[in-house]
Amino acid sequence: MKHLETVKGSDNWLTTKFTALVNWAVNQSRANSLWPMPFGTACCAIEFMATAASRFDLARFGMERQAFSPRQSDVLICAGRLPFKLAPVIRRIYDQMPQPKWVISMGACASTGGIFDNYAMVQGIDTVVPVDVYVPGCPPRPEGLLYGILMLHKKIKGEDLFDPSLRTEHLLNDKGLRLPPEQIDEISEPFGNSVHQFRSA
Amino acid sequence: MNPSAQALQATFGNAIGRVVDARGETIVYVTAARVRDVLAWLKQTAGQDYDYLVDVTAVEYRDRERALEVVWNLRSLASRRDLRIKVELDPRGTLAVPSVVDLWAGANWLEREVFDMFGVTFTGHPDLRRILMWETYAEGHPLRKDFPLRGRFSRSEQVRQALNVNPEGHYSLEELAIAESFDELPAEMRDRLARGQRDQIANSE
Amino acid sequence: MSKRTVELSVATPGADAHGDPLRVPIPASPADVDPELGGEHLLINLGPQHPATHGVLRLVVELEGETVVRVIPHVGYLHSGFEKLGEYRHYNQIVPLTDRTDYLAPMSNNVGVALAAEKLMGIEITPRCQVLRVIACEMSRIISHLVWLGTTSIDLGAFTPFLWAFQQRERIYNLQEMWTGARLTTSLTRVGGLLADVPDKFVTDLREFTETFPDTLDEIDRVLTRNAVWVGRTQNIGVLTAQEAINYSLSGPMLRASGVPWDMRKDKPYLGYETYDFDVPVGENGDVYDRFLVRLEECYQSNRILAQALDRLPDGPINVDDPRVILPPKSRAMNDMEAMIYHFKQVMEGVKAPVGEAYAGIENPKGELGNYFVSDGTAKPVRWRIRPPAFINLASISKMAEGHLLSDLIAINASVDIVMGEVDR
Repeated sequence: MKHLETVKGSDNWLTTKFTALVNWAVNQSRANSLWPMPFGTACCAIEFMATAASRFDLARFGMERQAFSPRQSDVLICAGRLPFKLAPVIRRIYDQMPQPKWVISMGACASTGGIFDNYAMVQGIDTVVPVDVYVPGCPPRPEGLLYGILMLHKKIKGEDLFDPSLRTEHLLNDKGLRLPPEQIDEISEPFGNSVHQFRSA
Repeated sequence: MNPSAQALQATFGNAIGRVVDARGETIVYVTAARVRDVLAWLKQTAGQDYDYLVDVTAVEYRDRERALEVVWNLRSLASRRDLRIKVELDPRGTLAVPSVVDLWAGANWLEREVFDMFGVTFTGHPDLRRILMWETYAEGHPLRKDFPLRGRFSRSEQVRQALNVNPEGHYSLEELAIAESFDELPAEMRDRLARGQRDQIANSE
Repeated sequence: MSKRTVELSVATPGADAHGDPLRVPIPASPADVDPELGGEHLLINLGPQHPATHGVLRLVVELEGETVVRVIPHVGYLHSGFEKLGEYRHYNQIVPLTDRTDYLAPMSNNVGVALAAEKLMGIEITPRCQVLRVIACEMSRIISHLVWLGTTSIDLGAFTPFLWAFQQRERIYNLQEMWTGARLTTSLTRVGGLLADVPDKFVTDLREFTETFPDTLDEIDRVLTRNAVWVGRTQNIGVLTAQEAINYSLSGPMLRASGVPWDMRKDKPYLGYETYDFDVPVGENGDVYDRFLVRLEECYQSNRILAQALDRLPDGPINVDDPRVILPPKSRAMNDMEAMIYHFKQVMEGVKAPVGEAYAGIENPKGELGNYFVSDGTAKPVRWRIRPPAFINLASISKMAEGHLLSDLIAINASVDIVMGEVDR
């Protein structure tokens, strides 16, 4: 606890700020017992199951209890691609989660649409729900997912309980979108060396 | 060459177009008007016994002058023979062929998928609605060649349309018609259904 | 209790040949309900996010008490546009797409699409490649059935077989990673050959696997097969007769559990399966229990095939010796002009297929996986159709579940062995 100082010359007194102590306690408890809501859709869900199984074991990170009801979960792990037909479902599940809640976007398809730059696929779940940690990979190795989870732990431990902006509910705006349309179009544009992938012949 | 091809030519005469025999597969082209009789004959005639429907699909070519083909892959389990029947349709005209759900129950979802992806209507199908895209999907039929890979609408519009389907749009009319549940629907939902506005999107601009 | 249909206006699809709206008849109640109890039907929604639906499947269930009157499955929640994407990719670029359709048995899908492409192009693969592909298919069958076993046990309340099954899957994942570099998305095959040859350690480790794997199967067998709870929850549930199974175009263990002895490996052999010594389990009753027994026995038989394949693995090249189809090795491409040109043409233009079409069906763990390519002479197919066994098998769930209880619906859904990536493509 780096916020602690000892009073000079005394072994019996420690001082710290009250908020630092509360933040430390609450964030530790939150991070070390995140109950995941596994929104598993495709191949990443299988790697998620493998991460939860005996060899890689999520239970040692406090995530043993998979909450299949969003009302009892802390972190929504979107494991797999998200087609447009499924977008309202993940939005509803996200809205049903009580605060504090976080979202891990597992895999390339959940983060950016992956190899599916076509009519059916949401180009990244961040167009639909706010995301805290993106885990790349197709599918990410279990070690990769664990690294992402530990990164989320770090993020949670750095949070401030007394900052209300972290815990506000971000609902869809009156246009029915989370982000302005220009931003959605911009982040959905193909990037990188993908010149040939739209030519049919 | 599958002997059924000759049998078909003998039985149906000029309803049978060309027969292709390549790579160990036999493909028989049939006119759209007689295809249902042909398929029923293949299933029901002793000696043919095509009791197993492998697949129903459609093919549209990049060459706009070529026909759109609806393809049935049939199999006779007893004699281990496969046969492919094709019907050619004008890609710019109405796309309709008869349904074979009463012959092979497996055709139900397969035909719904061809309808969803290509817009081919299967007349006589008991429940022809989209299966892979949502029922009120407005962009078109994805596997047609004039449908671009990334869809017709902009990404933000696609997200908006996906997120804002009315709750009753998630249920089929059959489900909504279950009597007791219908009474418990909210009043404005019942009004929308009565007006046929299942697909009205909230907040449309 | 009165039942009536409500007529709603039908907007677009669902018109019959005369343009009249199609009316779907609502079946009479199968249960004998005391009218004083009310007997209202409940419409509930299972999924698409649900732990027991094995993916994003949505089942709308009409219930009378606990009895299922009707179940209407909704699929398409994982529709990813594979077939459309395939029209924009070279044949070798389609192979990574196939990993993601049936992601429980990726190598089997890779083999299926490569066989269809090779049939289209008229390419004969080498003997070593054939045996290695058989090894890939059978490894995939084992891991797919292990997932099925694990998740079905969880659905029916038994958690431990899930952990045992996944532990064995990790051993196969190690082998897959050793061979292809990836645990799950293997992209093993290329048109005319394979990604790479197997390392020596692969052969020894796989042999060790084949020797110890039956012990785990025996354990699972001991825990489940004569377990009163398991038998009680699976026998006489979701029965489909042989005639119905054929009419619904079922394939794979679902078809064989109903008593139809059709297996693509025996009846339309490919990759030299007719030379291997193995049995195909066929059930009698077509219920969930028979499907369990068929899949469990298929794991033993796959193990047998793996041992035989290892014994007969011949030496030689894995890729066909045709520089128009197989990339030349980098050392030659860097030094030899002709090899460089072949390399350039293949990478920039892709391998051109002749005009025509080809369908190749293989025995995927879920059923008959077919890949249908139609080519117009270019390097990208005009049409790539995946004949999805899980999609077709799933359609029969409405028939199977009528009259059963809601908890039986979960067991029936589990017994279909669906993978939504393939159902929705």
